Amino acid sequence: MNDTNKGRVSRRRLLNWAAALGALMTLPARAWATVSRPESAFDATALDQALMALGETPTRHEGVIFTTPDIAENGAVVPIRIEVDQTVLPNVSKVSVLVEMNPNPLAAVFDIAPGTEVYIETRVKVAQTGNLYAVVESDGQLIMASRETKVTLGGCGG
Amino acid sequence: MAGRIKIRAQKKGELTEVKALMRHPMETGMRKDQAGESIPAHFITEVAVLHGDQTVMQAHWGAAVSANPFLGVRFQGGQAGDAVRVVWTDNQGGTGEGETTIR
Repeated sequence: MNDTNKGRVSRRRLLNWAAALGALMTLPARAWATVSRPESAFDATALDQALMALGETPTRHEGVIFTTPDIAENGAVVPIRIEVDQTVLPNVSKVSVLVEMNPNPLAAVFDIAPGTEVYIETRVKVAQTGNLYAVVESDGQLIMASRETKVTLGGCGG
Repeated sequence: MAGRIKIRAQKKGELTEVKALMRHPMETGMRKDQAGESIPAHFITEVAVLHGDQTVMQAHWGAAVSANPFLGVRFQGGQAGDAVRVVWTDNQGGTGEGETTIR
């Protein structure tokens, strides 16, 4: 292969990259690129593995206010709420939710912009009775709270 | 196919409270249908809440978020009449969008 050919290949590759970049730009929110999806943490099949993939082992702290039902009649829809006492845990940039007994424990990761209150409400599936974990990143440190939820009807039934 | 989002943004003192309800099956890929065939995974992977053109929060979701997901967030600096948008994309390339103004 001579030099001219090599040049053509790299030009084509460049065009491909440009096309891929263009596709990314047309996504509804332009901000995606700033924080990439923690794929390995989502793929983890055990709680410890998921926590490791998120970073260091989190320390427990009562500044993380995690509200879950004690008993969930329907594991498919378990309402949860995460708040943080910002006087003791400042600069929270990230909140993750993990469900110990699920096939993939990591349920969601929320990236919080500065100025946004650390307050998240959502609903998750809980396969069976076990602990739910809220892990927040405050000043670069991982802090967590956990709560046990008893499930009388599983969340992954079919 | 774009999914609609029911969305409400209400000013409560300094904070604006956003509540959004998305229509989505959130299939895990682990369930089987009545014929025993497995139902392919189909879930929202990325969600963002925007105030004007500023991202207030963005989230990565797994299939463990409940079907027809609900999301509640609060942010500072919103004024009555400002636009608030919620957008999502799923693992099959689907997207959804909802917009409202702060009341």
